[in-house]
Amino acid sequence: MPERLLVEAVNDALHVEMERDANVLVLGEDVGRAGGVFRATAGLRDRFGPDRCVDMPLAEAGLLGGAVGLCMAGWRPVCEMQYDAFSYPCLDQLITHVGRYHWRTRGAMTFPLVVRMPYGGGVRAPELHDDSPETYYVHTPGVKVAIPSTAADAKGLLAAAIRDPDPVVILEPKLLYRTTRGEVPDGEHVVPLGAARLAREGDDVTLVAYGAMVAVAERAADALAGEASCEVLDLRTLKPLDEEALLASVRKTGRAVIVQEAPRTLGYAAEVAAVLAEKAILDLQGPVLRVTGYDVPYPYWQLEDLYMPSVARVTDAVRSLLAF
Amino acid sequence: MTELAAGSPFPRVIGDDASSDGACRLPDSELLALHRALVLLRTYDERSVVYHRQGRIGTYAIYWGHEAIQAGAVHALEDRDWIFPSYRESAVGLLRGIPASTVFSWWRGHPSGWWNPADHGVASICVPIATQVPHAAGFAWGSKLRGDDRVALVFFGDGATSEGAFHEGANLAAVKKAPLVLLCSNNQWAISTPIAEQSAAASLVDKAVGYGMPGVRVDGTDVLAVHEAVREAAARARAGEGPTFVEAVTYRAAPHATADDPSAYIDHDRVEQARRAECVGRFEGYLRRRGLLTDELAEAVRAEALEAVRAGIVAAEAELPGDASLIFDHALADGPQSFAHDLAELRRVDGA
Repeated sequence: MPERLLVEAVNDALHVEMERDANVLVLGEDVGRAGGVFRATAGLRDRFGPDRCVDMPLAEAGLLGGAVGLCMAGWRPVCEMQYDAFSYPCLDQLITHVGRYHWRTRGAMTFPLVVRMPYGGGVRAPELHDDSPETYYVHTPGVKVAIPSTAADAKGLLAAAIRDPDPVVILEPKLLYRTTRGEVPDGEHVVPLGAARLAREGDDVTLVAYGAMVAVAERAADALAGEASCEVLDLRTLKPLDEEALLASVRKTGRAVIVQEAPRTLGYAAEVAAVLAEKAILDLQGPVLRVTGYDVPYPYWQLEDLYMPSVARVTDAVRSLLAF
Repeated sequence: MTELAAGSPFPRVIGDDASSDGACRLPDSELLALHRALVLLRTYDERSVVYHRQGRIGTYAIYWGHEAIQAGAVHALEDRDWIFPSYRESAVGLLRGIPASTVFSWWRGHPSGWWNPADHGVASICVPIATQVPHAAGFAWGSKLRGDDRVALVFFGDGATSEGAFHEGANLAAVKKAPLVLLCSNNQWAISTPIAEQSAAASLVDKAVGYGMPGVRVDGTDVLAVHEAVREAAARARAGEGPTFVEAVTYRAAPHATADDPSAYIDHDRVEQARRAECVGRFEGYLRRRGLLTDELAEAVRAEALEAVRAGIVAAEAELPGDASLIFDHALADGPQSFAHDLAELRRVDGA
């Protein structure tokens, strides 16, 4: 099996899915001639032509609204938002139409579109190139949300999203684009939406994470070796949540620490904690803890390492939980 | 071709009398079909206001005086062309075979108030302002990519031209040379905000220049002028020449919606003037001058429309209450397992 960088796996998925289904279009700012600012769409314009890998006007709401119309005309658009925080203008279309139109037609029309974007911090970038906006998307009815943490999942989840009948938002951890490499199956490779991945087995505590935080959780597990046996659960899909996997793991370990890069309040960790409070309270031997970003604007990058959940903050949380 | 009536600030076909009427190439049968469409839309609108007062429908967005824009535009399209309505055109689907009961159900907040856009070439009613413009642009562009010989027409108001979604959709359509007609119903008011506070442009149609598309301004109370402008725009679109901005000018002679009281802000003299020059009466006068409409025929057309509308509200009111499952059923094509749990709980606890 070939090894690929995470961003190469995204690119591979787009090549394979566009080859498989002639209705798949890739739309975005600079996705064609430039191949995307992160080169996620490199080669698509040459391979499939400018009508299937389309450089769009610089307008995110128009891009996503246009994609709604493209769906009505029978296409399956894959929309790239250039950066996490540049996706905010498209929230208007996402909330008012993308998540509602299928319902509005009582199921008669489907809107099989994908919105994918690089997200998250740690890349020494200017303001608004570092956000973790997953809560906005997860909170929007009618859309699914997935976040890969490995190269293979970046390909497989994107393929699943493209084939899914519903709108799917995929957040790709940009920090991992060129720092994470892994084996990626050639050809068609689909990772079903709604299925978490047990990244590491353990007995004492479950570290729940997704995206770039999976690696932080794994490093924390390494750091705690001999002290605590940590299980690491990579959620992969935030909506729908794989409750079964989450509850099974916490039932086994009796403890949960959730790691999330986004600001704390109403972040995805709060949802995970609520599910555990509702459905696993008798399995818990201590409080559900969160290690998250803070409720502040993402800081200047010289301070960003202090904002991002660190291995030390995760191990500190685990130790306090074990001492509870 | 249509010969324009004299003395009008913008193109019109219907004059004040036979001597000022312009020439019209539409056959008599088409003129009478247009008349039926106008009367149907007018009847639906007037009855809706009554039904609202009777508590039979919810808040309703009135389109009284806009019928010429709606009927003129729809009749200028081919059946395979798609229409993207705003809430101001909620009943435009009646002209495409959507039952009145369905539209009433929509205004009654009943789950049977839906249709499949593909069945009628009519997108769902768009509530947020201007956000349907990119849909229409994307649809038109997507149809062109497929090689489908289809045009899209999107309705929006004067206030919508201030929205980013209008700009983004218009620009996208122009860049992609999408076969789209952008039809602005300029009634000069966005609820209580007059056009002068909406835009500093001398006229809204001037915006077309900035998008690199042709713009046409017509009298929105003249159904034949609207028809001609949209027909020409659709022909350009079909010929691969891209979108056209059509500004149809009228004056809002009725409240924005049943919840609105315009007495605080409207120009009452202008309202009176607009009511005297309203579009259905204007067209009926034209048809009478042409010898195509008699009192008997006018009465028969009104009776037919009234019957259709009355049957519609009766049918809408006869709908059984929507089942609780409809809350979940179409939220997603492939919904989560949690929906089944939520529904079971709803049935158990609320007895739904």
